[in-house]
Order: sequence, then C-alpha cells, then structure tokens
Amino acid sequence: MSRSPGIDKTERRAGGYLAGARAAVPFALATFALGVSFGVLARSLGWGVVAPVVFSVIAFSGSAQFAVAAVLGAGGGAIAAVLAAVLLNARFGPMGVAVAPYLKGGPLRRALEGQAVVDASWALASRGGGRFDREFMIGATLPQGVAWIVGTVVGALGGDFIGDPEKLGLDVIFPAFFLALLAEELREARAIVVALIAAVLALSLVPFVSPGVPVIAACAAAMLGLRRSS
Amino acid sequence: MSTLWVTIVVVALASAAIKASGPVLVGGRDLPPRAVAVIAMLAPALLAALVVTETFGEDRHLVLDERAVGVAVAGLALALRAPVLLAVALAAVATALVRAFV
Repeated sequence: MSRSPGIDKTERRAGGYLAGARAAVPFALATFALGVSFGVLARSLGWGVVAPVVFSVIAFSGSAQFAVAAVLGAGGGAIAAVLAAVLLNARFGPMGVAVAPYLKGGPLRRALEGQAVVDASWALASRGGGRFDREFMIGATLPQGVAWIVGTVVGALGGDFIGDPEKLGLDVIFPAFFLALLAEELREARAIVVALIAAVLALSLVPFVSPGVPVIAACAAAMLGLRRSS
Repeated sequence: MSTLWVTIVVVALASAAIKASGPVLVGGRDLPPRAVAVIAMLAPALLAALVVTETFGEDRHLVLDERAVGVAVAGLALALRAPVLLAVALAAVATALVRAFV
C-alpha cells in the first residue's frame, strides 16, 4: 500500500463512488421493476424492442418516458409528448445549478457529469447547506441507470414476470424513500417551514397544471433561504 | 413509427440539455452566498413536493389511496427510528396488503 497523497486521494474518490453505488442499491431494485413495467407498456403500445431500449439508454428518465408513453398511447402527437417530458424534467435545471460547483473539468465534461443528476442520487448526495458529494452522486446514478436499461430490455422482450408493480406496492418505494431523505434534511426550523410550504404549493397546483409543474413551482419555497436568520 | 422516433430523440436531447445547463452555465464558479442560501433549501422543497405529488397525485387529480397508507406507515416507522430500508419495505408491504384485501 503506497502512502503517496495522490493515491490516497484516488482511493478516497473510489470509495465515494462505491459508497454512492451501495446507497443506491434499493433504488436500483425499484428502478429495475419500473424499467420492466416501462418495457411491458412500450410493447403493449407496439413500440417493438429497439425503440424502448434506445429510449431508456439515451434519455434515462423514468417519469418522462412514462409520460411520453401515456401521451403517444392516448393518440397525442410528438409535440405534446415532448412538452410533457420537458415539464417533468424541468426540476433537473435548478438541481443541476445546485451541484454545478462540485463537478469537474471543462464545459463538455461538466455537461456529461450533469447527466448523473437524478432525484434519488441528487438527494442522497446532498450534504446540507447546499453542498453536494460529486463522487457519491455519480456512484449512486450508475446502478440505477443499469437497472433502468436492463429492466426495459427484460420488459420489452416480454419478461412480464413481475406483473403489476403496483400489486407489490412498489410504487410507494420512491415517495417513502424521499420521505426518509426529507427527514434528514429537516435539521433546522427553516427547512421544516420550506418543506411545508413546498408541499402545500405542490398539492394545490396538481389539479390545475400538467404533471411536473407542481414540483418545479414548489422550488419557489426555497427562496425562503434568502431571509436572514435571526 | 417516425413520430415515436422523433419524440424519443427530441426528449433525450431536451433532457440532456436541461441537465447540462446548470453545470455548463455555472461552470466551476462558487455560487454567490445568496444563491447558496436558496440552494440549501432546495432539497427540502423538492423532496417535500416529490413526496406529496407521488403520494396524492394522479395526473391532474388529488387522490387518497393505498399509497397514502404506505407512506404513512413509512413515516411512522421513521418516527420510531426504524432503519430507512425497513421503513420503505413496510411501506411497500402495507400498500400491497391494502390493495389486496381492502
């Protein structure tokens, strides 16, 4: 074992990726099940095998892909489908700004590293006070990406062995996890107030706007961070 | 078929652009303190919004269904200091049971 600082740094970084990957395993399992159900759904819409798999590889965006399937499946056009997907993914804009100072390299590499921003990884990598753990986030996204793509392949090939993921209660895995991550964020009174405002804002908007918009609008509650703490 | 492929490619490009925008525009600069103060509150805001919309939202409707039972069970388990994985597993089991038997 060398003790040179360079190697120590590399080891620590590798440890960060690994810790992130490990923390994301439960999310990856749920993502796999969702991937299978996306593949099955795409098959039922007559998309074949290649299109849904390519979609999962190049978009890697569960909620947006389900939205596209819903819009196109209901006879909607490309523009409506793209709009639904963009609204659902709009939250990744502010999330990307938040992690930006912690990413590395020039614009191209930063753009690439920014692709690792997904809800679970971003929240897992949040270290409080607006700080983020880059290695942890990227490490957490990798198993989820693999699970999503492999799940899509299995589902698209007709491996409908999971059946309805809702029957197993798998659809509550994400909100339940997000609740656990939220609990860890509520260390100060201000965060609790922000969370309450965001929740009320999001819920009150659901009946009036497209899915995705309530979540992005609820980000406005974070403006409370501007108030001087007394 | 072409509608599908156009949609797939455009959604992928748009999604990549959204995710790239922050990192590219901000670059490696430290954000001003006021921006950091807002970003520090972004996680609680986003997570709270995701929890409630994924629990009570169904397209453009608010619904109270089996998901609420599961998330409530998770909340209770977490309040009792259960490990996160146990709380999430209990949520899934509770939701599945209510769906099967109620």
